[in-house]
This record gives sequence, C-alpha cells and structure tokens, in this order.
Amino acid sequence: MKTILYIIQKEFKQIFRNKGMLPIIFVLPLLQLVILSNAATFEVKNIKFGYIDNDHTTTSRALIEKFNASTYFDVLTDFSSEGFAKSAMLKGEIDVVLDIPNYFERDLQKEKHNSLGITINAIDGAAAGVENIYVNEIVQNFNQHLKVDLLPLSNQQIQPINIDTIPLFWYNETLNYKTFMVPGILVLLVSMITLFLSGMNIVREKEIGTLEQINVTPIKKSQFIIGKLFPFWVIGMGLLTVGLLLARLIFNVPMLGSLVLMYLYTSIYILVILGIGLFISNFTDTQQQAMFIAWFFVVIFILMSGLFTPIESMPGWAQMVTEFNPIKYYVEVMRMVMLKGSGFTDILPQLIKTVLYAIVMNGLAVWSYKKTN
Amino acid sequence: MKRFIGFVKKEFYHIFRDKRSLFILFGMPIAQIMLFGFAITNEINNVDIAILDHSKDATTTEIINKISASKYFSIKQMVNSEADIASVFKKGQVKAVLTFEKEFSKNLIKDHKATVQIITDATDPNTANTISNYVNAILQKYQKELNKDLTITYQIVPKTRMVYNPELKGVYMFVPGVMTIILMLVSAMMTSISITREKELGTMEILLVSPIKPLQVIIGKVFPYIFLSVINAVVIVMLSIFIFNMPVQGSFILLGFESVLFIISALALGILISTISATQQTAMMISLMGLMLPVILLSGFIFPISSMPMPLQVISNIIPAKWFIIIVKGIMLKGVGLQIIWKETLILLGMTVFFIALSVKKYKIRLE
Amino acid sequence: MEKNNKVIQVEGLTKLFGDFAAVNAITFDVEKGEIFGFLGANGAGKTTAMKMLIGISNPTSGKAKVAGFDVFTQAEDIKKNIGYMSQKFALYDDLTVRENITFFGGIYGLSRKRIKEKSTVLINELGLEKVANTLVGALPLGWKQKLSFSVSLLHDPKIVFLDEPTGGVDPITRRQFWEMIYKAANQGITVFVTTHYMDEAEYCDRVSIMVNGKIEALDTPKKLKEQFNAKNMNDVFLKLARG
Repeated sequence: MKTILYIIQKEFKQIFRNKGMLPIIFVLPLLQLVILSNAATFEVKNIKFGYIDNDHTTTSRALIEKFNASTYFDVLTDFSSEGFAKSAMLKGEIDVVLDIPNYFERDLQKEKHNSLGITINAIDGAAAGVENIYVNEIVQNFNQHLKVDLLPLSNQQIQPINIDTIPLFWYNETLNYKTFMVPGILVLLVSMITLFLSGMNIVREKEIGTLEQINVTPIKKSQFIIGKLFPFWVIGMGLLTVGLLLARLIFNVPMLGSLVLMYLYTSIYILVILGIGLFISNFTDTQQQAMFIAWFFVVIFILMSGLFTPIESMPGWAQMVTEFNPIKYYVEVMRMVMLKGSGFTDILPQLIKTVLYAIVMNGLAVWSYKKTN
Repeated sequence: MKRFIGFVKKEFYHIFRDKRSLFILFGMPIAQIMLFGFAITNEINNVDIAILDHSKDATTTEIINKISASKYFSIKQMVNSEADIASVFKKGQVKAVLTFEKEFSKNLIKDHKATVQIITDATDPNTANTISNYVNAILQKYQKELNKDLTITYQIVPKTRMVYNPELKGVYMFVPGVMTIILMLVSAMMTSISITREKELGTMEILLVSPIKPLQVIIGKVFPYIFLSVINAVVIVMLSIFIFNMPVQGSFILLGFESVLFIISALALGILISTISATQQTAMMISLMGLMLPVILLSGFIFPISSMPMPLQVISNIIPAKWFIIIVKGIMLKGVGLQIIWKETLILLGMTVFFIALSVKKYKIRLE
Repeated sequence: MEKNNKVIQVEGLTKLFGDFAAVNAITFDVEKGEIFGFLGANGAGKTTAMKMLIGISNPTSGKAKVAGFDVFTQAEDIKKNIGYMSQKFALYDDLTVRENITFFGGIYGLSRKRIKEKSTVLINELGLEKVANTLVGALPLGWKQKLSFSVSLLHDPKIVFLDEPTGGVDPITRRQFWEMIYKAANQGITVFVTTHYMDEAEYCDRVSIMVNGKIEALDTPKKLKEQFNAKNMNDVFLKLARG
C-alpha cells in the first residue's frame, strides 16, 4: 500500500510539472464541451431555399410567402430560370429549389389538382428527408387554406373524419438539442482524455528507459499499475465534475437523477478505459504507436456508441457489435440519469456489464504487463 | 540531393518497420468507410415503440398494424397504464409510446374525431421529432383512406426530386468527411508526433548538425507521410466507388490535385504543432483536441454548418477541412469543375501558404 | 563456507533469439565483495547476459543463481537484493534529485524516516546540497551518473549491477565514480560491472571477456596479461577480439 502511494505521488508531480500539458488536460476539453455542444446538432434549420416563379399570380406568391414565413427556410433568391437555380445549387448557395410552373393558378382552378417541382440537394440524405417533410407540411397547410378560400360552402358540410395527433415531447419539451449533446460530449471528453493519457503513460517510460529501472525493483505488478493509473482516474473524475458544473451553469441541462449514481458509474467506467489504455501500452513500443492504436479504437467506439447517430437504426450485426462498446453504455447511462432521472435499477444492466468489462480489461492489462521478457 | 534521398529512405524504414502502425494506418480508413457505409446512419428506422391502447377496438388495431408494418417502427411492448410510461422510458426500452384514447372507434364515428397521443422520449430531440413526424404521416394516410369517399378538392402535390444522391445513401455524405479525417490524421497528427519524437529523443540535434539543411530535414520527414496520405486517399476513393457505387462525377485529376493541396496544408499544420510542443504527448494532445475534434465537428462532416449558432459558423470558415469537404463533395457528387469551386480552392491554397510560412518562421526561430 | 561466498553462480546460461544465440552457454561465479568486470565488444552479449541475471529477461536454458535465488523461479526475490544502473540514464528527468531518491526509496519499501536519513547522507556525499531541489534533467551527465549509482545502492543491496556506468563522462568524474565503486566493495557489496574502457578493467578484481556470446577468458587482470603475453588489458582485449 505504501509503495503505491509513492508512485501516485510521483505521477502527480510529473503531471503537474508539465506546464504544457495542464491546460490541455483541463482547459481545452472544457472549451471543447462548450463549443462542440453547440456545434453538434442534427436539427435542420436555416435551410438555404430558392424558388423559380414562372406563374407570377396571387396563388404562387401566396405559396412563396408561406415558405418565407416558415422559420426553417431562409428564402434566398428568386431565380429567373431553372439554369440559374441549378448553377446556384452546384455552387452550394442553395439546397432546396421550388419550381412553380407556368399557368399554375389557372390549371389549379381548372383541374383542382396540380403539381409543384421541388429539387433537394440530397448529399446529406437525412437532412434531405427532413427538408422534404417540411416542404410537404407547408404545401399541405397551403392546401387547407385553398379549401377554405375557394370551395363553395355546400361542399364543406360533409365533415371529414379527423384523427388528431397530439405530440408530447417528454424530458425535453422544447426539443433543445444541447440538452441531448452535452452529456454525450462530456462522455466523449472524459473517455478520450483518460484513454490517451493512460495509453501513452507507460509507453513513455518504456521509451525513455525508466521502465527498465522500475522492472528491476521488487515492486509488484499490481502495485505499479494501480499507482500509475490512479492519478488518471482522479483526472477523469475531476473532468466529470467540472463538466457537470458547466453543463448545469452554461447549458442549463437538467439533472434529474442522482449525482451519486453518476459518480458511481463513472468511477467504474474510467477503470474500464484505463484498463484498455494500459493494455494498449503493454503491446506498443512507442508513444506514437500507442496513440495511433488508441485513436483507432476510440473513433470506432465513438461512432458506434449512439453518441451522434441512433443505434437502433444500425443493422443487426452492427447492433451486436455495440454490445462490446463501453462508451455506448456510458453515453446511455449519462443521458438516462441526467435527463430522465433513471435510478439504480434502471441502469443496473449497464452497470453490471461495465463492472464485468472493468474486471476483464484490468485483468488482461495486469496479465499482459510483463516485468520479465 | 543524395544525402536527402538517404534521409527520406530512413524515414520510410521507420514507418514501414512498424507493422502495427502500418496496419492501422491502412486499416483505419477501410474500417471507417465500412462502418459508415454499412453500419452507421443518421436516418431513423427500426425505432422501438410501445402502445398504450385504452380502447382496443377494430380501428386502433388497424392503426397499430399499419404502424408495425412500417419500416420505421417496431412495436416492442404494450403498456397498461399512463404510470408505466415513465418507467419504460427510464429503462430506455422504447423511444415513444402511442396512446389511444378510450372508445376510439366510437368517437371517430360519432364525433368524426378521435385523438392519438404521441409521447416521445425527447432526450434525443431529433429522433423524437422525426418519430412524431413519421407517426403523423402514417395516421394522415390512414385518415385519407377513411375519407376517400369525400371528393378531395384543390390538391397541390409536391413532386420532389432528390438530386446528387437520389437513394439518400448516408455513405455519400460521409465519404468526403472520412477522407478528410484520415488525411488530417496521417498528415498533421503523425507528422507532428514524429518530429517531436526526434526532439524528445535528442536525435533532432544530430540531424541538425549534419550537413543536411534544416529545410531538407523537415521535407524529408514529411515526405513519407505525403506518400501514405495519397495512398490512403486513393484507397478511400476506390472503396467508395467499388463497394458503395459512389460516383465520381467530376475529374479525377482535379480531385487528386485538391487532395494534395489539402495534404500539404495539413502537413504544414503538423510542423507548426511540432514547433510549439516539447513532448510527443503535448503534440498528440494539441493535434487531437485542437485539430481532430474541430475537424470532425465543425467541418460539416456530420453536422450541418448552417444549423450551428452564428459564431460557430464564422469559426468554421478558418477550418481548412470545411473547404476541402465542400470541394470533395462538389467534385465527386455534383461533378463540378474548377470554374465552380475556384473560390474554395483559392481559400485552401491561401491557408496552405499561410501555414507553411508560419511554420517555416517558427521553425527558424527555434533553431536560433 | 567457500560455497556460501559465491553470490552469483552461472552455469551454461543461454539466451536464444530465434536461431541466434545472443548468450551461448556461459559459466562463471562471482564472490562476495568482488569487483567483477564484464567486458566485451558491442553486441557480444554483455547486456543480454546481465538482463537475465537481474531478472528482467528470461533465459532460454542453463542455470543461474543470484544472491542465492534462482533466476528462473525467484526473479522477484533477486530484485530485492540487487541494485541496477542501466547504460541509459533511467532516473526521472522531470523530478528533482530529492524526489527521485524518495521515489526509488519508496518502491524498495524503505520507511519514510529511513528515506529521509539516506537522502541527506547521499546528497551530502555527492555534494549535491545546492541542487537537491533542482530537476534532474538540468544536471550535467556526470552528476546524473553518480546520482544514479547512489540510488541503486539506496536499499543496501548485496550485489549491484552497473551497465557501462561511465559511458560519456569526463576522466575526473570517472575517477570519482571508481572511488565510489571501491567504497561500495569495501562495505561488502559485490559489484558486477560492464565497461568499454580497458583502463577500468585494470581496476577490477577479476575480469571476464565475452566474444560472440561466449566467455573467452576469465581471470584477474594480472593473470590475463600473463596468459596473453600483453602489456595491458587493451592488448588482451584486442588479441581476443581479433581471434
């Protein structure tokens, strides 16, 4: 036990002495939290919208006015021909074009039925889908008005059947995307910082030759490893604390659940990450290598974590793979506890898996750390 | 020149002897492209939902069948009371609960009106909103069927044409981003770490006192990374063409030229980082936190820039990756040429020159 | 009685890397309090042999006992009884002199009190009072090496292994270094030292010379010179190394 304290003391001294690293460990991540939480949004708004009005009638202008009034669309330009619209789309100046044909109003009154051309830049398929929904909503709405305005009264007496839908958005009534992203980005930062620091730490000693000096001492493997990793565990918990404070103070993210539960889960989760970092450290010779491998796994873990994109939309095999992803569980737990107030029993499945993961990873790490070659 | 070639050779040996890094260097783009192509999507489908049916009559059964037939939803469970909703949400088992009011059919016949509540777990607001829209659309359609006897008048039907990506494949959106990240990783991050490593191990001094000119040292160091980056770019483009049938509408030559331009700007950034960091760890953390994350999140790779708050939209302009992604999407998907993307190219070129100038200046100061 | 005095006993110790025998069946003994010189050209297998003896490299075959413990099965017990100074400076550059001493004292399990006493004595002996709280990275190489040696003696080991301890330091410091080695030997500590400097070989009680993984000669410097009919150790070495 005493031996461990000496190692911990040494590690802390080295960390706090490295003036270049300190701001990187503590300031940069929090800056990231503030900036990236604002950036990470799948909301589709301020859509760059243009139109070609070949009709120039009250109806066509009324329709354009509808788009103008919508908060989703930035009505940008009135194009005189399809060619201009096309070239603007190529340049990326607009993403949605509404094409109102000649004799739009006349044909509508005559045939009571007409079509409109909508062109959407679909490179971002998901955004294009949403844009399409918005366009349809506006046109539907416009149709309703046409009915009221143009139909003879007698026709309106037959009452159509109406199924009312009432959308209720629980836990986040205003659909604030930051509420969703802040816990996620916090998870990302805690995981990345602790993984990279621990992954590089032991390799660093290997590289500068001090590890050999440690290996000729009678220190036990487990003592050395615990002593080395503990400081990073503390850093991880520290990051969580500051991150939670920022989430509360700057982003006003609700914290419905128990803080104790978040800390309990995080304390175990960080062990998993440190175990992985150490494992990588044991199998690499240089910091560059270690960093590279850590980065490879982190990117895959993050992409497969449900942090940015929903897991349920993935194919079955990919969902199976995510079962082995510790970051996935952490993202789930933080969002559940913070935003929904989930309790101990709700997160028990994740907790059990994480504990198992921690045991396996640290077991592997201690096993693969060899004092003798 | 001979010395220089010898030096470049040494750098290649360093890289190619390290099998693990090499494996990852080439495995990473492949793995990422595969993940984005086959696994990751920001579309929403297969959402688990629950039903709270207070009437359990013919109409609600029919609606439930329609919903369960849709590819967007899979009905995971039935809930018995309002009180249960919170508990299924808290366990994270479902994302939405549809609640049918009591005597749904009767109300529909008698009052021509009945109500469905779409309760969504809006911790993920995007998914919640989309679920809500999808359910709504299904109900609208059903309602139309019920009303088919009424003459529908004055219908404007939007005919939507999805251009550049008619099948709405996610991979089209992600390929340019993955390419950007990989090039950034190899060029900026690996270079900065590899130069800092020589500094840390003291071998940099040896190189600097040798007759090789400092500039040659740097060029020699980055040269293998240019080579690796180019190979990676080619691999990514090949994969997207042959596995995901992604088109390259524009010119390959232009794409190659723009990629090299971006690689050089990233290398200059890497050198710049190495001049300001004393240890590999510092170089790595700066590259990672100062370069990679902004590149992933502020470049329009995953999240649309136009939806970001104004200050971030302004900041995104100073990120070279943003311009490169626009260029790659333009060339590959829209088939544009230099006459359309000259502005972006010029910006990227300007940035590259700026970074090179800055790093040469910094580098010189350090030597003195 | 005689047997108990042998603190290192090596018999047919071998290390293979694939087909290549880095150390090829070496056999020798080292007695208590002896200064044992372990010579050889670069790549002769000195460092590999030493790493097996200090328990950080597993031998392929053979037998070896260090401080009475078997290198195959009791490596951790060996580590309690030996000190080691590697050819690469292996103290922490970003810790101060005192912090390095405290750290290594701590992991060898010395008590706080003992560490304090030892640090004071050690710093005084080395004349490092003024730089005790300076980062080790800022010290000149000679000072670092002396500090490194003192740290390896911190836990009063029975044997100390020195891997080219005087590489790259000036002659005056080398002289002082050897004085430290003699002092340690006088206190009964066995010194196992590898070196490139043949004049240093003269200071050793006994010297072994390794060529291509084998021990080609082993005796006192005086007898070796007689045996090879050479003026000094340098000639002995050249004769052996050239075959």
